[in-house]
Amino acid sequence: MSKNSSEYLINRKDKQYEVVIGLEVHAQVLSESKLFSTSATKFGAEPNTQVSLVDAAFPGMLPVINEFCVKQAIKTGIGLNAKINNRSVFDRKNYFYADLPQGYQISQFKDPIVGEGKVILDMPDGQKEVGIERLHLEQDAGKSIHDLDPQNTFVDLNRSGVALMEIVSKPDLRSPDEVSVYIKKLRSIMQYLGTCDGNMQEGSLRADVNISVRAKGSKEFGTRCEIKNVNSIKFMQMAIEYEANRQVNLIEEGKLIDQETRLFDTKKNETRSMRSKEDAHDYRYFPDPDLLPLEVSDEFIDELKKDIPELPDVKKKRFIDKFKLSPYEATILVSDINIAKYFEEVVAKMGKNKDIKLAVNWITGELFAVLNKKNLEISQSPVSAKNLAILINLIKNGTISGKIAKTVFELMLEGDKDPQKIVEEKGLKQQSDPKTIEALIDKIINDNREKAIEYKQGKEKLFGFFVGQTMKASGGKANPQLINEILKKKL
Amino acid sequence: MSDITKQSLTQLVENIKNKKLSSTDITKAFIERSEKSKELNSYITDDFTSALEKAKKFDQKPNLNLKLPGVPMAVKDLFCTKNIKTTAGSKILSNFVPTYESTVTENIWNEGAILLGKLNCDEFAMGSSNETSFFGNVQNPIDENLVPGGSSGGSASAVAGQLTPITIGTDTGGSIRQPASFTGIVGLKPTYGSCSRYGIVAFASSLDQAGPMAQNVRDCALLQEVISTYDTKDSTSIDFKRKQYSKELTNNIKGKKIGIPKEYRIDGMPKEIEDLWQKGVQYVKDCGAETIDISLPHTSYALPTYYIVAPAEASSNLARYDGVKYGFRAQGENLIDMYEKTRSEGFGAEVQRRIMIGTYVLSSGYYDAYYLKAQKVRNLIKNDFDEAYKKVDAILTPSTPSSAFKIGEKTNDPVSMYLNDIFTVPVNLAGLPGISIPAGHDSKGYPLGLQIIGKAFDEQNILNIAYAMEEKIDFKNKITDWWIK
Repeated sequence: MSKNSSEYLINRKDKQYEVVIGLEVHAQVLSESKLFSTSATKFGAEPNTQVSLVDAAFPGMLPVINEFCVKQAIKTGIGLNAKINNRSVFDRKNYFYADLPQGYQISQFKDPIVGEGKVILDMPDGQKEVGIERLHLEQDAGKSIHDLDPQNTFVDLNRSGVALMEIVSKPDLRSPDEVSVYIKKLRSIMQYLGTCDGNMQEGSLRADVNISVRAKGSKEFGTRCEIKNVNSIKFMQMAIEYEANRQVNLIEEGKLIDQETRLFDTKKNETRSMRSKEDAHDYRYFPDPDLLPLEVSDEFIDELKKDIPELPDVKKKRFIDKFKLSPYEATILVSDINIAKYFEEVVAKMGKNKDIKLAVNWITGELFAVLNKKNLEISQSPVSAKNLAILINLIKNGTISGKIAKTVFELMLEGDKDPQKIVEEKGLKQQSDPKTIEALIDKIINDNREKAIEYKQGKEKLFGFFVGQTMKASGGKANPQLINEILKKKL
Repeated sequence: MSDITKQSLTQLVENIKNKKLSSTDITKAFIERSEKSKELNSYITDDFTSALEKAKKFDQKPNLNLKLPGVPMAVKDLFCTKNIKTTAGSKILSNFVPTYESTVTENIWNEGAILLGKLNCDEFAMGSSNETSFFGNVQNPIDENLVPGGSSGGSASAVAGQLTPITIGTDTGGSIRQPASFTGIVGLKPTYGSCSRYGIVAFASSLDQAGPMAQNVRDCALLQEVISTYDTKDSTSIDFKRKQYSKELTNNIKGKKIGIPKEYRIDGMPKEIEDLWQKGVQYVKDCGAETIDISLPHTSYALPTYYIVAPAEASSNLARYDGVKYGFRAQGENLIDMYEKTRSEGFGAEVQRRIMIGTYVLSSGYYDAYYLKAQKVRNLIKNDFDEAYKKVDAILTPSTPSSAFKIGEKTNDPVSMYLNDIFTVPVNLAGLPGISIPAGHDSKGYPLGLQIIGKAFDEQNILNIAYAMEEKIDFKNKITDWWIK
């Protein structure tokens, strides 16, 4: 058990409570067409323009599995280090709702396509393994729009039938922070694989959060509540904080926790009951007789394994081994496939005599700051990897100082300009000619005779004054190392 | 040409190919007789005007290489037909006009056939007497106030009454074979996966199968050849090598081994049926085949198994008829109220009964005891046939435990109604092909049928046996045209 400082506990008088969390993540499969029909899946289309007769459940219409979605699910399973099941079964989950045209959702209940797996989380105090219970394929429902008309509900079936992967974790998560890292890790793995775009604003990734609490050290699980359909990491964290405290308060008051489904109200920052266990739907699951069991051979799976790119954990290890990065730096760089790509491109463009440490600092420092400020993804970076590599090389070979580099970087933001050209045009090249610098220094010592004497008498602080004056006289371009060396000799 | 409607499909095709008859002649004849036969209530929707136009068009440029050149035919109203109302015999779909065509009907039109109209059937194919149709009872041409059987009652009535030369029905538990038997015609339920289910209003997906109904075995073989195609739009369609059933048809069944299952000799079965069965045994022997006593030990569990599996699937398949997207909608205070009113008013009593049974057997706490157990028994029934087929090539049984009964006779006794399907249901549960041929009459002069059950995909074999028996039986249907005043 971890005894670390980041342990998340809820304290009450003399007692400490631990929070137990399991997630059911719904990830939209990245695919051109739906799970059982050929309709398009594009986000943001006009309502009811991406609906086939199958999606709208017309009489006599039958589902036909989209092989691409099956491949995507298997790839994701491989990325989660999970067992791929050679045989899985599609079941019908029966319930009535206006945006569920068939009156049932096709899902996988008893026999999912992907079985147990695991995900490694990089927490500040070390790694943590989170178990994956299963991954299954299912159809999304349509969308009910209640606020367009005071009397009527409108239904948009564009989403009806879109393929989702439901990824169920084991109850291994213990804090809002772990949940955040877990979701980011899942998203990162799927983005590497190209199986889900992970876009939470567009609803491509959302989760049901299962929470229970128990006295610290207890082995028994408490009664859990499920918070439905939370669509941002921040809301998940807020919901967990609220819900865990609510449950602890109930226990402290000697009350029982009801097993129920709850909703998170993002405006009031609280969870409230949606339906109790007694009111839970009886979904009457049974195998869909319109679909045969899904059989995938080992050869089919092996073929897909060949397509699996280097995933975050492996990439991280390689970055550490090959580029001598710290685990912390490597974690940041591999967290997003596009950041990793950018970094590797910078490294490649820097050529033989490269300074990788400097590159990492520039990417995670200056570049990230700009991206954050402008709210851009790295794929939209105003500075290309190639030009950043040139800039870093200019620092490394002493052409410009780190300080000047920042000025150059600012100028590069406009139209991804070549830093070499900026340096030349603006005359920002570093003064590295010892004779020129010596001349400057001679003049400054001459002009400040009294200070030079004070320095010699022991007022060492004045050294900085002379450095500053020399730098100023060079217009900021003098090589600071040379200034130091020459000043020491002269004074 | 007053006898046009008496001709078999084979004769009609021959006459068209020899240019002795035009498509227009034939179409007119069937339309005229259909018009005079409203009393039978075989049709839900007719499409006579456009049928005649199509016939004329065909005659202008006849393609005589087709298998059904210019042949008019009506089909069960469970097949979705583009721009033609498709009701499934239900109020809930009474205004539904599909924008698409079922694969099976598409195949038929592609071979030159012309749609006469849509035939009456039990609501969502749930019934054995055609009495559950929202569009009223269908009369059996054999006698007044006699049921034609069901659920393809309108189809059977229309073929026996010569309102259409051939037709297609669907068979979930006997819905082709039982009405064929009740009306003195031939009906084939193909192997599950032989005919595409795409565009057929679903009753029980794992059992439903479309099939031909005709005056004789040859016609049946020809129609089966047309409708059976592999279809990627139906995931349960099977890609096997389909035969030219009518071309390969032969009455040579010498040396074939025919199983006689002792479990089909049920308590209370009328002596007439037993005698018919014995005659059937003699017929196949006369044809040079050998009969072997066999056992299908789980037969008695077939009916209860069927009445769990079929309603379970139906309860889910019919959930889409909710008033939201198409079909009948009753006004309600809110969504739930609208659902309740729509489905209470839109579905008839038998459909509601089966939805409730199906919902019950799938409910948590009951699923294992009913649905799961039924699936296990279904496997045992399948195994029975697999075992039997190690010894025999086909199995001979009666088609039904009785001849046709009077309208209203069994409407208040659903279980006695369900018993009609006792000999046909095991075939659906096992996914096998089965054919019913008329084999004699009972004391009232009503037709009785015999069923030949085959191995999966072995339609040719049972068609051959049926063809050979048909020759020996020389059955004549007693149609008096009592309804034409």
